[in-house]
Amino acid sequence: MDTNGNKYTFIYASAMVIFVAAILSITALKLKPFQQKNVAIEKKQNILSSVGIESTFANAESIYAERIVNSYIVNFSGEQIEGNAFDIDLKTERAKPEADRKLPVYECKTDEGIKYILPMYGAGLWGPIWGYVSVNDDMNTLYGANFAHAGETPGLGAEISTKAFQDPFKGKKIFDESGNLVSIIVAKSSENAPAEHKVDGISGGTITSKGLQAMLLNDFTSYKAFFTKKKQ
Amino acid sequence: MENLLNLFVKSVFIENMVFAYFLGMCSYLAVSKSVKTATGLGLAVIFVLAITLPVNYLLENYLLKEGALKWMGAGFETIDLSFLSFIMFIAVIASMVQLVEMVVEKFAPVLYTQLGIFLPLIAVNCAILGGSLFMQQKAFHNIGEATVYGIGSGVGWFLAIVAIAAIREKIQYSQVPAPLRGLGITFIITGLMGLAFMGFMGIKL
Amino acid sequence: MSEGLFSKKNIGLLGNPIGSNNPITVQVLGICSALAVTAQLKPAFVMALSVTVVVAFGNVIISLLRNTIPNRIRIIVQLVVIAALVIIVDQFLKAFVYDVSKQLSVFVGLIITNCILMGRLEAFALANKPWPSFLDGIGNGAGYGLILIIIAFFRELFGSGTLWGYRIIPESWYIANGGFYSNNGMMILPPMALITVGVIIWVQRSRNSKLQEK
Repeated sequence: MDTNGNKYTFIYASAMVIFVAAILSITALKLKPFQQKNVAIEKKQNILSSVGIESTFANAESIYAERIVNSYIVNFSGEQIEGNAFDIDLKTERAKPEADRKLPVYECKTDEGIKYILPMYGAGLWGPIWGYVSVNDDMNTLYGANFAHAGETPGLGAEISTKAFQDPFKGKKIFDESGNLVSIIVAKSSENAPAEHKVDGISGGTITSKGLQAMLLNDFTSYKAFFTKKKQ
Repeated sequence: MENLLNLFVKSVFIENMVFAYFLGMCSYLAVSKSVKTATGLGLAVIFVLAITLPVNYLLENYLLKEGALKWMGAGFETIDLSFLSFIMFIAVIASMVQLVEMVVEKFAPVLYTQLGIFLPLIAVNCAILGGSLFMQQKAFHNIGEATVYGIGSGVGWFLAIVAIAAIREKIQYSQVPAPLRGLGITFIITGLMGLAFMGFMGIKL
Repeated sequence: MSEGLFSKKNIGLLGNPIGSNNPITVQVLGICSALAVTAQLKPAFVMALSVTVVVAFGNVIISLLRNTIPNRIRIIVQLVVIAALVIIVDQFLKAFVYDVSKQLSVFVGLIITNCILMGRLEAFALANKPWPSFLDGIGNGAGYGLILIIIAFFRELFGSGTLWGYRIIPESWYIANGGFYSNNGMMILPPMALITVGVIIWVQRSRNSKLQEK
């Protein structure tokens, strides 16, 4: 058989494409549940870590089931709406106008009472940044934070995902004394800002700090109505 | 605009393809014996990266990503073809390289004689596929950012290969221990250059 | 087949790439993806295993198809086979060793452009029977993996004081705990991977002077 003819080459190429596509689709479909489960476990680990609970890949699910006593979605005016909080994709929500956004809330039982965990999502210089922030039941004082972003050199940690950066968030306040939303200011230590709203930024990492600050302000604003409702 | 400039500086110096990620090492080592050929290959890499990144960006965002097929109608919203991205990217790169080769041959024969022999080599240069994969991971906001990232990565690679070629031309006259000659010393020099480039890491934009 | 499955020639196919014809230190192939994943032993091992699997099966598939592949689209066929195998490996890593697959990030995808693969398919599998091709693939994968593991061993031991995530250098030695020792942070950073490879080549070529250049 002539393996160099046009017809043969063409049939060969088409057959190969169909065959390869079929194999790949089957593999992807079969393995998808496992992959999604891994992603879900990682998400649970991140949620737990914002209230200072360290979990391993193996025990994250059981700790999550025990600690996270309630989760729901609120809208921009602070009313609870239908849906599963865990399945919300923040990226698509951020693309919507504020009034249509679905905002997930997780309630976590800790030794110091119930904490409210809110997911955050925003833009850094180098791709998206995201994280979880936990708030005390006064709906003002932060209890903990966990941030991460994609696109790091393997083996080199990102500054915002280190404990040294995240720990100072604890005890900071979102609202000032007269009840106005100030959010958290991530700035150089030399910059002037009220201490209870300020966290030291990443030295030299101005754009990431600014991105983080914008993300916090933006997302706390979305939750503002929810905070007010809960406080009453 | 400021953002794009930051991106450019970062991709050239801080996240240099060669020194931070070791991408494109094969051709980096093989074609760095003289500055002239190194310049040719470096230019070809910039060229191909600047073309393939925007193309792959469009593919990623309008075909592969979960929800990317939204433009075809509501029924396609949940389709996630991202498992096909490797094969699509490499196919785009291979065909783009072929296309570029033909276009350059037809319209710029002078450039072709300079770049010609290097173009086919580029399809299997990890820096090119690496650029597309990083683009996918970094989730750029628009095609402009993707293009700037492509050009920046290319320029970074160009700088690296031209620099090492210049050093290798000089080192011919040095007394390198016999077992280290050629490959061994090139690795060590690249390591030292990488250390120097790490000085830029202090700049966290 | 007139010769045994493990004839001298076949053993040579398996053994040569590990030593005197090593793909990284002698043939200078596949360095791109080799270095970035070697800051720790575990990702390096997974990477080595993935490459071995891809090159062995790629070799077998191409060898089985070798008489049917149209010469004009030979390279594309090879590329498609490799890319498909890499996608399958990537999907498996994401499903079963998620933490490692996150650490390897884009470097799993970059196996596609690992020159060892194209090199072996083009130079060996296209002209040989499936079984020798399989051995050749395993041999080259192992030779590649060996270097990766050596580099990762030194980088993790001196850079983090651990091996495979387990602590080797006792906590009490560290300055923070009143000891005298401190990790060499430089070992984790990319440039030291290159210098480590340089040193490995140096050692190998001092022992085997036939490999020296010029």
